[in-house]
Amino acid sequence: MLVQTHELCSIPSLDHDYGMEDYGKGVARWCPGCGGHSILTTVQRVCKDMQYEPEKTVVVSGIGCSGRFPHYMGTYGFHGLHGRAFPVASGVKFRRPDLNVFVVTGDGDCCSIGAAHWVHAIRYNMKMVALLFDNGIYGLTKKQTSPTSPLGTHSNTHPRGSILPPINPIQTTLGLANVSFVAQTVDWNSAHLYATIRKAAEHPGLAFVRIVQRCPAFMRDLYGDIAVDPKNLILLSHENGINLKPKAREAFGRVIEHDPSNIHKAREHAEINNGIPIGLLYQNTNNARYDEYGAHNLGMGVEEKKKNLESLLDQYSTSNSVE
Amino acid sequence: MDHIVSGDILNEGDRIKPRKIKQAIVEIVSDSGEGAQKCGQSFGAISAKMGNGVWTVEIIPAEIQPPARSREGASGIRVRIGSDKVSNMGNYADLVIALNEQVLYGRIRQDAYNGNTLMFIENKWAKSEQESIRQQYSQALLEFKELGIQVVEIPMEEECLKLMPDPRKGKNMWILGLLCYMYDRDIPKAENQIRRIFKKKTDAVIDLNIKLLHAGYDWAREHLPLRYEVTPMDVDDDMVVMNGNEALSMGVMASGIELCSMYPITPATSVSHHLAENFERVGGIVHQAEDEIAAIGFAIGASFAGKPAVTVTSGPGLALKTEFIGLAVMAEIPLVIIDVQRGGPSTGLPTKVEQSDLLAAIYGEAGDAPKIVLAAATIEECFHFVVLARKLAESFRTPVILLSDANLATGVQPFPRPKIDPLWLTNPIDQSPWKDGAMPFEWDENTGTSKRPIPGQKGGMYTVTGLAHGQTGKVAYDPEINQASVESRSRKIASFQKSLKPPKINGDPEGDILLVGWGSTLGAIEEAVADARAEGLKVSSLHLRFLFPIVPGLVDIFKRFKKVITVEINYSDTLGNPMVTQENRRYAQLAWLLRAKTLMDIDCFSNVYGQPLNPEKVLKMIKRELKIENSEVNV
Repeated sequence: MLVQTHELCSIPSLDHDYGMEDYGKGVARWCPGCGGHSILTTVQRVCKDMQYEPEKTVVVSGIGCSGRFPHYMGTYGFHGLHGRAFPVASGVKFRRPDLNVFVVTGDGDCCSIGAAHWVHAIRYNMKMVALLFDNGIYGLTKKQTSPTSPLGTHSNTHPRGSILPPINPIQTTLGLANVSFVAQTVDWNSAHLYATIRKAAEHPGLAFVRIVQRCPAFMRDLYGDIAVDPKNLILLSHENGINLKPKAREAFGRVIEHDPSNIHKAREHAEINNGIPIGLLYQNTNNARYDEYGAHNLGMGVEEKKKNLESLLDQYSTSNSVE
Repeated sequence: MDHIVSGDILNEGDRIKPRKIKQAIVEIVSDSGEGAQKCGQSFGAISAKMGNGVWTVEIIPAEIQPPARSREGASGIRVRIGSDKVSNMGNYADLVIALNEQVLYGRIRQDAYNGNTLMFIENKWAKSEQESIRQQYSQALLEFKELGIQVVEIPMEEECLKLMPDPRKGKNMWILGLLCYMYDRDIPKAENQIRRIFKKKTDAVIDLNIKLLHAGYDWAREHLPLRYEVTPMDVDDDMVVMNGNEALSMGVMASGIELCSMYPITPATSVSHHLAENFERVGGIVHQAEDEIAAIGFAIGASFAGKPAVTVTSGPGLALKTEFIGLAVMAEIPLVIIDVQRGGPSTGLPTKVEQSDLLAAIYGEAGDAPKIVLAAATIEECFHFVVLARKLAESFRTPVILLSDANLATGVQPFPRPKIDPLWLTNPIDQSPWKDGAMPFEWDENTGTSKRPIPGQKGGMYTVTGLAHGQTGKVAYDPEINQASVESRSRKIASFQKSLKPPKINGDPEGDILLVGWGSTLGAIEEAVADARAEGLKVSSLHLRFLFPIVPGLVDIFKRFKKVITVEINYSDTLGNPMVTQENRRYAQLAWLLRAKTLMDIDCFSNVYGQPLNPEKVLKMIKRELKIENSEVNV
């Protein structure tokens, strides 16, 4: 029998003590220096600290460098189609509230080919963690402009520089109906990355996390300066936000107090362009959740199903006794 | 149909004794929104409840509210009732009741009427304030009479005005009353039908409609010298009567499927309407996705997680879903895909029937993606084939495409009440620990089948991938592994094929012509074959339900006939047309498939008029073919 209350997903298992090794599988085949490695380790740490049962955890990805992520997890995984991680993950979660679901998607995956699903997944607000691996370039197909590539990016599809301004995934997500959790972090600050994904895992709804990610193969310069000096990161801080230990806070040059319940301020901060704002931009734990609707009539017994089916068939019966 | 003496309405009162007839074809046509379909569906339902055979076909314009009195905007229904089982829409209507004369032009062009058709037309247009309407009306009546059609003007508006100020929404039940008199229908059953269709309305609405029913009945009794009795069958079976899309929906619910993930598309959407209304009562749920791609992705996610799922669509939606269907084949995820076909290509004829998705369903995906493709031929099969499709999907760990079409979708036919097996409703979800050391794609060497782990099963953790993979599920670019895995997925379809039996032949097992059909054309083909055989022609037919893999034994059957011809509602080139040669001729889809499978010279008879097939067209083709055959023999 399935457990039917979603709240149970985050309760640690009593008869196990899962270690990091329970969440890993194989050797990641990303390039040396790729941000994917640190994100993988961090997600495994969060799973361990939440004591997620590996068999009750599903990681769903799309296509691209990020799409390989589930292959390196010791959980169930679904490496599906380009852009379509959200619909698959939503289908997994809809009738299985007992599963912990992660979505791993890239900037081409989420913001280009799968943009429609991104919009609607935010609106469905089903409890899951969605990680946008945003390195501003198509990596696996070898350096084409992505929707988040900065204006003028030289790529194989725009050798004379990209023509259009990039999509700001944080700002876009903050503009979507029923948005309930938007955070931004970077792959190279492990303390902040961990705290952000941990906060996301605890959120009762869809937690959207944009992870600013380095691509050493094709976009070495994009975050080069910023990565070298943490002072280029702007820490959004609040008691309800993503909390770092005092020592970890000290590394940041700039700190802005930001109340994550304030969506207007969140949108202002999302526009900052002289540094990268990181932290929890917005959270609302009261939004409608489509997974609660999906699970509302689970577990009906065969006898009851049959009885109700027969009464439905009665409506179509030509037998006079039914009239 | 009898002729009304002197071409006009009589005033002889209730002295007409019903005359026994074997069958009747009645049409009601109107502008959109005048309730013609509700009237015809009710007439069909009452007849089915009386024990008659019934088949209905809806006439649906592509727009919701096309301009009034337009020739292409005809909205309506054809109802064929009979003393025996009725399996198709028949040939020419015996009676058509029209709420304006313009909508009849479209039906005349569709060859729905002939010289024996009796036409009842609303006469209010003769007194229209607009000169142009009065002219159109009198002109049309002249034209119809010239075609040999007997036209009777009926004061529908005038009579209904006695009961309500705006009869636009009430005339249909008055007409139902008229039909109940003419065809000697059971009035308490008609009243119950009205209560059923207006169950969400107030008592006042129900009362008014019952009054309209009686008014139509009484008017007909006093004015029509025509009355028929269509003797019902002696049926012991408990029967149910519903349309094909309702049967698909009921089948989904009976199959144990728990989720329907869909995006609105004509003519499939009413399946999900019916599910939305009823599914939650039997433990299921409908998800309306953001698009066709998401709809199937969502269903695949649910099925991966152990929850049986279906996605319901039509041609354009099937096209959008192809990449995900390929993934379901590759990742071996069970899934039922229902395609209620319509006219194509592209947006095509959304409300009209066509059988053009066969090859797309079988071969539509990139790469080699074998799966199971079935086609329902009757309303009853719409129900049972969903149950079958789910079972096959689980057993063979594969997507199954179930083809229906716009003709079955809205066609209504009684069939024996299904006996629900509780086993159908059992959830397959297995949460016991996964067998130690077993691989997620442990293909049986002989059958190609394998057992899948489901999230929640300890020790079964694996990653589904659309990339090439071996039995461990791990990404593998090894050429041997790819060859072996593609072979395994093909082998399991072959092992399903080995379980199939050769199809039954309708008629003698040898002869001059064998017609081969699939899908909703079954009734029309078999009626044409029966008529041909009654005339002594050596014609038989067979109907395919399993299209991929294809049923066994076809070559042995085909070689006993001089000619094998598929009958399909899709496009094929006609020899003799400009540029068409034996070499470049494009065949109908089943013919194409059968030619490849049997290496026999199979011909085809097909068209894309968007109309259901009628028996007469098939019969004419048979005679044409036999004449050609005979003349060759004579030479």
